[in-house]
Amino acid sequence: MAVLTRARAHAARAPERVRNRDGLWAAFFLAPQVAALTVFLVAPLGFAVVLAFMHWDGLGQKQWAGFSNFAAQLSDPEFGRAVWNTVKLALLTVPFGLGLALLIAIALNSVKGSGFYRVLYFLPVVTSSVAVALMWQVILAGNDNGVLNTSLHRWFGINAPDWLGDPGWVVVAIAVVTIWSSLGLNVVIFLAGLQTIPPQVVEAARMDGAGPVRIFRSVTLPLLSPTIFFSTVVAVISSFQAFDQIYVLVDPQDNDGARTIVYQVYELGFRDFQFGMSSAAALILLVLTLLVTLVQFAAQKRLVHYDS
Amino acid sequence: MRPRQLALHAALTAGGLAMLFPFVWMLLTSFKGVRQMLNDPISWLPAPWRWENYPDALGAMPFGTAYWNSFYIAALNVTLTLLTSAMAAYAFARIRFRGSGVLFVVFLATQMVPSQVTVVPLYLMLAKFGWIDSHLSLIVPTIANPFAVFLLRQFIRAVPVELEEAARIDGAGRWRCFWSVVLPNIRPGLGALGIIAFLASWNSFFFPLIFLNSPELATVPLLLSQFADERGAVDYGVILAASAIAVVPTLIAFLIGQRRIINSMAASGLGGR
Repeated sequence: MAVLTRARAHAARAPERVRNRDGLWAAFFLAPQVAALTVFLVAPLGFAVVLAFMHWDGLGQKQWAGFSNFAAQLSDPEFGRAVWNTVKLALLTVPFGLGLALLIAIALNSVKGSGFYRVLYFLPVVTSSVAVALMWQVILAGNDNGVLNTSLHRWFGINAPDWLGDPGWVVVAIAVVTIWSSLGLNVVIFLAGLQTIPPQVVEAARMDGAGPVRIFRSVTLPLLSPTIFFSTVVAVISSFQAFDQIYVLVDPQDNDGARTIVYQVYELGFRDFQFGMSSAAALILLVLTLLVTLVQFAAQKRLVHYDS
Repeated sequence: MRPRQLALHAALTAGGLAMLFPFVWMLLTSFKGVRQMLNDPISWLPAPWRWENYPDALGAMPFGTAYWNSFYIAALNVTLTLLTSAMAAYAFARIRFRGSGVLFVVFLATQMVPSQVTVVPLYLMLAKFGWIDSHLSLIVPTIANPFAVFLLRQFIRAVPVELEEAARIDGAGRWRCFWSVVLPNIRPGLGALGIIAFLASWNSFFFPLIFLNSPELATVPLLLSQFADERGAVDYGVILAASAIAVVPTLIAFLIGQRRIINSMAASGLGGR
């Protein structure tokens, strides 16, 4: 031990030469990631900001556009619908998806043999989003083709809406598929969080006469709140970025109700080749994401409990 | 206590069946013909069983090639991600250098940028490199992975510094310390990250959709979506046979390694704690 302390003291007094060498080593170890991040993330982000202020179809001259791309997007009713659909999708998937995951995690935490259920709930997480969308297409299809609507009609006489065709309902259908495919991940994250709660704390609350609801509200929820907060931030961001399931489940070209900001970015960029417009839409998405995340971080100060 | 356990198990089983139903329905439908689906969309069992849906799907599209493409791209992505992010994580966790704190914050900030925001400029840039319609577009940009750096940094910080100091006193250089002392001690972290990177690459759809054109370069999800487009929303038997071909092998791999996979993803979801 004495040797180690001496080694550390030596390192602290390291001569200039050694510290320079440390700088070189740091540069060496960081080089691949820093280069990749600069070229493939930071530079494109900068380029996106420039493009958002240009008119450009990829072939002709770039033309300065000022704020007109942003103005065009923000006043376009189609883009307005896309923003509204993006928000609706987040409002449906985040509370319902996380609430359901929390319930299941609590149930799993109090039964024996939860391993089997964990596997069942986790299956969709590892499944390709394209295959997931195709599976659900057959279930949700309208016009007496889908399993769900045909069953509802034959067994209960209910005429259910055309989930994928009706612009008013399609967001709900997308939300259900999104919740189904991310449920397992949220369940295991919550379960891992629940397992870090010391049983003694719960036991002490029970000895003091707290019922299950009181224990949930005053012990489980506060102790789990950092995990819930983290999951909420991630869930909001990933719902803002949802694309695969929407693109395969319903092509928003045919159903405006499924248009999201990300889909607008894709369509403007890669179907219409309006690179400036597309970048402007993408930056609006980025600003919206940052704003919502900031609001969440501000709210956590009052809602999230950290020990120590 | 008994009835409560029973009720919980009943509820969890019901939920589990709901999770399983789309998979079961996919498999059953993959053996059905068009006529049966139009006449009776809710009959469970195929009548008659159309085994030829599978050879039809396999014959219509180059699924074998797509499997190989997806596999080797994912394997390269995993290798490159593990190596480069472990190196960067080591620098952040163990080497003192000027600007370390600021650089780390920049790393974390870039993680906030959704890939859809940078996709247009990235596409234009890759086109300049001549990488559009080439697998390079799916391999090289994927190296940039701030999340991976963050995750492995957490793991490296948990390795006792004394191990490394002992090695340095024995004359090991920085690289030796990294390769022979730190890496073997963060195997669980590398395993978790490897699984996450593999799944992300294997299931990725957005970038292949935009960056690839040639059918023989397609990855499995891309080929599957093109196949579904081509067949239209009618011949679900063949489309779901193709889905099953795409999905079942990964499900089997998942079932074999399920404990490890689930634990890894839960741990990384918690920030590597």
